[in-house]
Amino acid sequence: MTGVTYLRYEVLRNFRTWQFVFFSLAWPLLVFWIIAGANRHATFNGVAFPLYFMSGMATQGVMVAVVSRGSLIATERTLGWTRQLRITPLSTATYFSAKVICGYLMALLTIAVMCVAGTTLGVRLSAGEWLTMVGLLLAGLVPFAVLGILLGHLLSPESLLPAVGGLTVVFALLGGAYGVEVAKSGALLDVIKGLPSYWLVQASKAALSGGGWPAAGWIVIGVWTAVLAPLAVLVYRRDTSRV
Amino acid sequence: MTTDSSSGAIALAGLSKSYGNVRAVRSIDLTIAPGETVAILGPNGAGKSTTIDMVLGLTRPDAGRISVFGMPPRQAIAAGIVSGMLQTASLIQHLRVRELVAMVASLYPRPLPVDQILELTGISDLANRPAARLSGGQSQRVRFAIALVANPDLLLLDEPTAALDVEGRQDFWTSVRAVAAQGKTVLFATHYLEEADAYADRIILLANGRIVADGAATEIKARVSNRTIRATLPGAALARLAALPGVISADRHGETVILSCSDTEAALRALLTEFPAARDVEVRGADLEAAFVALTATDDDERLESR
Repeated sequence: MTGVTYLRYEVLRNFRTWQFVFFSLAWPLLVFWIIAGANRHATFNGVAFPLYFMSGMATQGVMVAVVSRGSLIATERTLGWTRQLRITPLSTATYFSAKVICGYLMALLTIAVMCVAGTTLGVRLSAGEWLTMVGLLLAGLVPFAVLGILLGHLLSPESLLPAVGGLTVVFALLGGAYGVEVAKSGALLDVIKGLPSYWLVQASKAALSGGGWPAAGWIVIGVWTAVLAPLAVLVYRRDTSRV
Repeated sequence: MTTDSSSGAIALAGLSKSYGNVRAVRSIDLTIAPGETVAILGPNGAGKSTTIDMVLGLTRPDAGRISVFGMPPRQAIAAGIVSGMLQTASLIQHLRVRELVAMVASLYPRPLPVDQILELTGISDLANRPAARLSGGQSQRVRFAIALVANPDLLLLDEPTAALDVEGRQDFWTSVRAVAAQGKTVLFATHYLEEADAYADRIILLANGRIVADGAATEIKARVSNRTIRATLPGAALARLAALPGVISADRHGETVILSCSDTEAALRALLTEFPAARDVEVRGADLEAAFVALTATDDDERLESR
């Protein structure tokens, strides 16, 4: 039960930080309505533009939702709050779980809002397809959640907000979240397909076909997680041994 | 939670910690019994914070053993029987005072009621204020509330009154006394002799990472609060000066002699009678830094332990 109350306050802090709410919720929603609204009947990447753009903008929002946990971690470290927590019975596992769960709850809210926004622009999916899309978005977020923890122990709070903003926009743009194809074929496309954000953006299209991602998608998500996780553990250890 | 008190609330054996070339803590042995209120007194850089950080499990010692109610520090922390107020910690934003205290309370197995703690620490009127809008003294009180709400058996306070004004200090120590009166063990670090003397049963004097004295507060106070008499007195024999009534020791710097006194008045009278040539006579009050230097210089290897 300990963790539940702690998590509740963590969520409260999230919603009281306007930057988090704006960049993971309001911004993607706004861009979606403006751009997808103007291209309601267009087709893009083989599917209806609003359907494609719905997971595109959800990608932008959910990445901010989880990567921004890093700015909380960095702030708490700088304030000495992390040290204060370390002399309470709160375990390290609960500390990070609360951060990740809170990021995921925010991501879920963003996804829900984007799904509703999608239906207002004519997106219609079966229950199974909706569920598959949500599931893929949540699964594809894992490396970004790890990235948030990594950045939180690597950067100062001042450099973190721009880093979160910059990194997520670059990932979103290259991954095609804004409805711009950086490459149609060739080596550059291969590179882009190696980004986890590409597969997040593809979540709606993949759900439509019924089968989810091809193996390549799962491999990319898995490899990014496998590379980032030990790095996060490393910087965490370096950081706490210094305290 | 059953705790093993037989080994003391805190037991340190051969505790050492270095940072690069700086030997912050040099082989400290110390036992604090449950229910004691103990001050670690020492100048900046004496090793007070390092010692407290090691007891809290925040810093790993290079050598030595620490036991807190018979447990390793991290285990005692996990059991929720220890809490503390660190020297450098700020509060997180976006939460109100009551929310912050309630959040920390939720982490402990048997916390005290939040309202009771807000009352005790004098911050009931700040309960709904965002943490970001607190003054230094106010946030110091909130940090104290966070340490108290844990309802710990052992409370560690690292220079807890640094940001408080005179009134705030008095309120603070009144609360600490209330906690100590419940049989809790309290260990606080300070560099104010008056604070250590007024609020601790026992004072541990720390200098250069070593315990240079350890005893009842009155005893330690007497030892470090000696006054000194300075006078320009060329050619006088130090042995004769040291033998004057009320004088503990005599020292010379050029033409100046420095007398450490237990009874300044008697010493002054005797000095002026026996050495009419004394000029520029000056009496100085308790200088803690000087007392530390004297204690560490004379007892470099041999510790003054009165317990």
